[in-house]
Amino acid sequence: MRMWFVCRFCCPAAQSNSNPEWEAKVLEYFKGQLKEKESHSWVPSLNDVPLHYLKPNSLVKFRCLVQDMFDPEFYMGVYETVDPSTKANVLRCGKYKDVTECGVDLNSRNTVTAERQTFYCVPIPGESPWAKEISFLSAARVVPSTSYVPSRQKRSYEEDDDMDTQPQKQREPHTGGGTKWCHRQETEAPSSQTTAPSDCSSHLDLNFPLPGERGPACLVKVYEGLDSFKLNDTLEIYGILSVNPVLTVLGEEKDPSLLLLNPTESMETPEEQRAHDPPASLVPRLHMLYARPLQHNNPLLPSAPTEDQSAFVSSFLVEMASVRAELLAYLTHVLLGDGLAAEYLLLHLISNVYTRRDVLPLGKFTLNLSGCPLNSYTERLYQIVQQLVPCSYRLSMSLHTMNSMRLVPKKDYVANRLVSGALQLARNTSLFLDETQLEQGQLDSSGVRNITALGNLISWQKVDYDFSYHQMEFPCNINVLVTSEGRSLLPSDCQVPLQPQVTPPNMEEYLTTIHMAQFTSQINKFRVYLSLARTLDYSISDEVTKAVEDDFVDMRKDDPQSVTAEDLHRMLVVASITCSSNGWMRAKHIDMLRRSRTEQQKSLNGNEP
Amino acid sequence: MSSPTSTPGRRKRNRDDIPATPKSTAKAGSDGLVSPPSQRRRGQDSSNGDLPAMPTSPGTDIASPAVHDTSLFSSPRRSVLPSEVDMSSPLMYGTPSSRVEGTPRSGVGGTPARQRPDLGSIRKAPQVDLHSEPPSADGAVASEQALGQKLVIWGTDVNVGTCKEKFQRFLQRFIDPASNEDENAGLDLNEPLYMQKLEEISVVGEPVLNVNCSHVQSFDADLYRQLISYPQEVIPTFDMAVNELFFERFPDSILEHQIQVRPYNALKTRNMRSLNPEDIDQMITISGMVIRTSQLIPEMQEAFFQCQVCAFFTRVEVDRGRIAEPAVCRNCNTIHSLALIHNRSAFSDKQMIKVQESPDDMPAGQTPHTTIVYAHNDLVDKVQPGDRINITGIYRAVPMRENPRQSNVKSVYKTHIDVIHFRKTDEKRLHGLDEDSDQKLFTEERVQILKELASKPDVYDRLSSALAPSIYEHEDIKKGILLQLFGGTRKDFSQTGRGNFRAEVNILLCGDPGTSKSQLLQYVFNLVPRGQYTSGKGSSAVGLTAYVMKDPETKQLVLQTGALVLSDNGICCIDEFDKMSDSTRSVLHEVMEQQTLSIAKAGIICQLNARTSVLAAANPVESQWNPKKTTIENIQLPHTLLSRFDLIFLMLDPQDEAYDRRLAHHLVALYYQSEEQIEEEFLDMAVLKDYIAYARTYINPRLNEEASQALIEAYVDMRKIGSGRGMVSAYPRQLESLIRLAEAHAKVRFSDKVETIDVEEAKRLHREALKQSATDPRTGFVDISILTTGMSATARKRKEEVARALKKMIQSKGKTPAMKYQQLFDDLRGQSEAAITKDMFEEALRALADEDYLTVTGKTVRLL
Repeated sequence: MRMWFVCRFCCPAAQSNSNPEWEAKVLEYFKGQLKEKESHSWVPSLNDVPLHYLKPNSLVKFRCLVQDMFDPEFYMGVYETVDPSTKANVLRCGKYKDVTECGVDLNSRNTVTAERQTFYCVPIPGESPWAKEISFLSAARVVPSTSYVPSRQKRSYEEDDDMDTQPQKQREPHTGGGTKWCHRQETEAPSSQTTAPSDCSSHLDLNFPLPGERGPACLVKVYEGLDSFKLNDTLEIYGILSVNPVLTVLGEEKDPSLLLLNPTESMETPEEQRAHDPPASLVPRLHMLYARPLQHNNPLLPSAPTEDQSAFVSSFLVEMASVRAELLAYLTHVLLGDGLAAEYLLLHLISNVYTRRDVLPLGKFTLNLSGCPLNSYTERLYQIVQQLVPCSYRLSMSLHTMNSMRLVPKKDYVANRLVSGALQLARNTSLFLDETQLEQGQLDSSGVRNITALGNLISWQKVDYDFSYHQMEFPCNINVLVTSEGRSLLPSDCQVPLQPQVTPPNMEEYLTTIHMAQFTSQINKFRVYLSLARTLDYSISDEVTKAVEDDFVDMRKDDPQSVTAEDLHRMLVVASITCSSNGWMRAKHIDMLRRSRTEQQKSLNGNEP
Repeated sequence: MSSPTSTPGRRKRNRDDIPATPKSTAKAGSDGLVSPPSQRRRGQDSSNGDLPAMPTSPGTDIASPAVHDTSLFSSPRRSVLPSEVDMSSPLMYGTPSSRVEGTPRSGVGGTPARQRPDLGSIRKAPQVDLHSEPPSADGAVASEQALGQKLVIWGTDVNVGTCKEKFQRFLQRFIDPASNEDENAGLDLNEPLYMQKLEEISVVGEPVLNVNCSHVQSFDADLYRQLISYPQEVIPTFDMAVNELFFERFPDSILEHQIQVRPYNALKTRNMRSLNPEDIDQMITISGMVIRTSQLIPEMQEAFFQCQVCAFFTRVEVDRGRIAEPAVCRNCNTIHSLALIHNRSAFSDKQMIKVQESPDDMPAGQTPHTTIVYAHNDLVDKVQPGDRINITGIYRAVPMRENPRQSNVKSVYKTHIDVIHFRKTDEKRLHGLDEDSDQKLFTEERVQILKELASKPDVYDRLSSALAPSIYEHEDIKKGILLQLFGGTRKDFSQTGRGNFRAEVNILLCGDPGTSKSQLLQYVFNLVPRGQYTSGKGSSAVGLTAYVMKDPETKQLVLQTGALVLSDNGICCIDEFDKMSDSTRSVLHEVMEQQTLSIAKAGIICQLNARTSVLAAANPVESQWNPKKTTIENIQLPHTLLSRFDLIFLMLDPQDEAYDRRLAHHLVALYYQSEEQIEEEFLDMAVLKDYIAYARTYINPRLNEEASQALIEAYVDMRKIGSGRGMVSAYPRQLESLIRLAEAHAKVRFSDKVETIDVEEAKRLHREALKQSATDPRTGFVDISILTTGMSATARKRKEEVARALKKMIQSKGKTPAMKYQQLFDDLRGQSEAAITKDMFEEALRALADEDYLTVTGKTVRLL
């Protein structure tokens, strides 16, 4: 029911003009309504519901990443139309709309020009299938079927049954389910769209950061608080959907002679037009009413920092230690019985750049797992990581991908847009760099650039976007995990050589069994733990500070060559991630273990650097 | 007095008045389409002039949008009234046809006016007069002061007569003795500035008068306000005023066309981001970088039609982008006999330029905005992609006509800027003049804060500790970098033949890996506005200097500048300096002393300025610093390059318990301190940035007498140290370094005089750096020759001794024409009391070979 009030609000613009505060009131009304318990889950989501099931001009939400910010545009905030038959002038409102009514009086004195900006938004890159699935299901569960009629009824009944009778907990553990359900979510909308109009739309590049991504991209019109949004922010946007076919005026439809006559129009290159005014059926417009910045996109956690979140957190904290132990055991199995590597992997997964001191990002913890068994082990490992974190991407560092792939976003001045690259990721995305795929050969210049970009990302947690005449630095917060045979060629905060305790004859089978042995409920607990542990605050007492100082001095005394400030940095990060009272002791301990292991490795391999 | 009336052809395409209804449509045209109506300030302005009651939009129904829309897209439709202007009217002083006449002429009447498409449709007011309509109640009125009323241009509070008078007064009287713009070079600052410029025009013959808006503002604030608010009415008035004045004064001068006034430096807007609907149709100045330029677009201004039957010809002017083709020949009355003759039509040039916000203006985390700019006539091709420019122009917004077949339009306006004036901000860098003109403007309060900070006695320590607070200690290194950030005073000795003296301080950091050298470099790179960060590993010589490439769009060869040129007036941070290839390093020789870069490539031979400070970091060759070796031996850099660094610091692990403890404490605090605590302790990075920028711009310290004496003494002392042991311990380069450092230190204090304390600190720092880097590990003495010649004096002495001993040994062996290499080496080792390495032995052999005493072939040594 609630979805339709937008129409009521926007249509009678004539009377609304007399009251200038109406805009603020609209926003307040919506915000108030959305604050109500669960009300936000009644709003259909562009992520889940295929576009053609959504009613135009209705309220929708969209969970997305701001991929590009276009230039601000001026529009007719208020304008006057003249009815050709009655000659009556009517004042109308242009806010939250793309297209004016018929018969605009361009010379009217009542026209008010206002400013808005367009953001190009894409679904969060690398969002794990389980995250999509759960958010889809939870939306489906809550939405009262009456208000969902337009989209639900068109769906096949079989599917509906499926959804209702299978509460998510009973379903089989993920892999099978994931792929099975996949086709229903973000994948459905584009696949049906991109294939249907065949040629004319397939060349439309939706500019997703990661290759093989699907989902609706959206042009979000932003009216308020322009400065508060930044590139690569993850937002949940509530807004009015606009898919007016008038917007679909592609270059080829235009009469070329008209273009010649009007030079202003021809200034826009076809590329630019395609990037900025794609057909609304493919890239819908969303007029933002309200946007909520997302701290995480884990659907198992309450997203808003409300009371029920703190309640949720405190209730989970009780379990925390046990969940952690279980997770550690699970990871140990996954890492072939290597408990130390499992502990480091766990720490890596919950690390987070929590602040920056001048140029130094604090809290980053890049892990280099060396000595990984070859063949598909790393791939399986990634699948397991993917099952645990809401956002991830595996970059196979083969020579070909490094030379051909675009990692760093680049400004395309012809189309006037930021062409995305694989390093344009949302915060806390797990980037899995698979160096075992690297073979001998030569990196060309773009390959070198890509490697440099990865190095910068790891060392400084920033990506220098290429603006052709200059570079612009965008800070990021990406958890990088490097798997390699020997020591990685990329820098890392911490290198752990993997020491398998078991050597299963069939790796595939081994991992699959471990994987299948976990219940979904258990996995869900892990997922909650990982997301939650990251948000916790750390503090340190004076005694610990003292202990750290003493320990450091002692360590230096023993072996001044190998213990440097760098090591202290790493141990402090580990201590802060461990985030318990004996964090420092633990950090010291595992670092010692790790160090002895690397020493051992060195003497084994002899000449390894 | 000449009437303001000018050629009726100065209309813009977008103008949408219907000529048949001059009065009402003139209003509608100028306001309706060209500007979104929100921008009109009719109501409040009418209080100034006694404008009669406002009209109730008569005739707007004629210009209904539907008609308008189709008219723009459909083929030229027959006009009701092609602009029929009485060419012989005495009101005319610049008919379009006069352009074709080639006879020399002078005076206002004789010189043709040139269209100003940059101003848009401006001539509606005079046009009303021209059509012999009496100035009616709502009509716009020109300078007809005979009417005894104070009349203004419709919709503004601009009274043409008053405005003209004011501007003429401004031109005649404005004096700016404090002017330091380079445009005014060679002008007498105590004479009226613009009159001199007019004189210049009469000599040079370039009919463009650039007027600095801030001058107008200081002269007459009201006139300035009018200029900003109603540029499209006021600038033509200025044009008239200037031309009258000019031809009165120089009645005989011949110009190509009438003088055009080009105002610049409108103070209103500085940043592209701050443009908003309020600015539409106002004059603005923004800065940005050109990213794309279109090809030249010929825009027809006047079409030439000739009758195919009787050869009668007629000219038709463009009206809102349309040509109204005359259907009937006026001479022979044949229908549809007129044909367009392209060669005799008049076109004007137009170019689309895309400008992007300059990176300095942008808030972090957002993408830069772009704006479309149209350049007209002689401004076409004035700028190239990559140029940083200040644009003064009129901000426009026109509604989008999305689809002619649909009557509902997209509710979005297209915005662009019609340029009036370009000013390249980086032009001067090429000409080698001093600092930028677009220096950061500091507010009074900010300057006050900075000065307060400068007056504190411990400002030097404060600033150095504010530098990279996350990096622990290394106080002297930070101090050195701080002085580098400030730089010395630039001196010009080109008259005496030495050219520019380097004012930039170069610093090399070397030391163990993992001593946060890179972090320091990153910090500096982020701190300075024009910093570049490169790594020696990945950069090539061309990446540092400049390379020639073919522009994909224009197919022209263009010079792409590299890191060193880009960091002109900034700091170039080069990490992994030791990993750089020799050829790459060699380009640094010129940059680091002469501060220029010579390029001879693909037919492009030029010398670019690269007045950059170099902050480099190098790792020792053996990955760990070997304290038994000299700096040169540790980092394996050519001494020719090393001697160009003013300060060379070693960043070594001190291996000292107290230090370790402090370091641990520092790091723990770094990780666990809250944001606020950090803020309290250290100076804000923004303050530091401003402080440096201010000092670099405004403070130019000079040596005072005592300081000069102190420097001389210091230099003499340094020389003395060495001369006692037969070594040279200082070269003039070191003296220059000392001077630079002393000046930089004076800048830190915001002092215009370099005093003794500055010299003391410079000496101390220099000595510190030398102590670290130029100490001979064998003797423990500071020996500058390690850095200047690559070898310490003692080492050289030892080399000679070994060679002598070897020669003696060979001679003592008697007549043996050939010897085994290995055996000779063993013999020498056995003989000598000091340990002799293979290197030393080889060196000795080489020395003897140079004396033509012996030759070495493979494993045997032959005497000659």
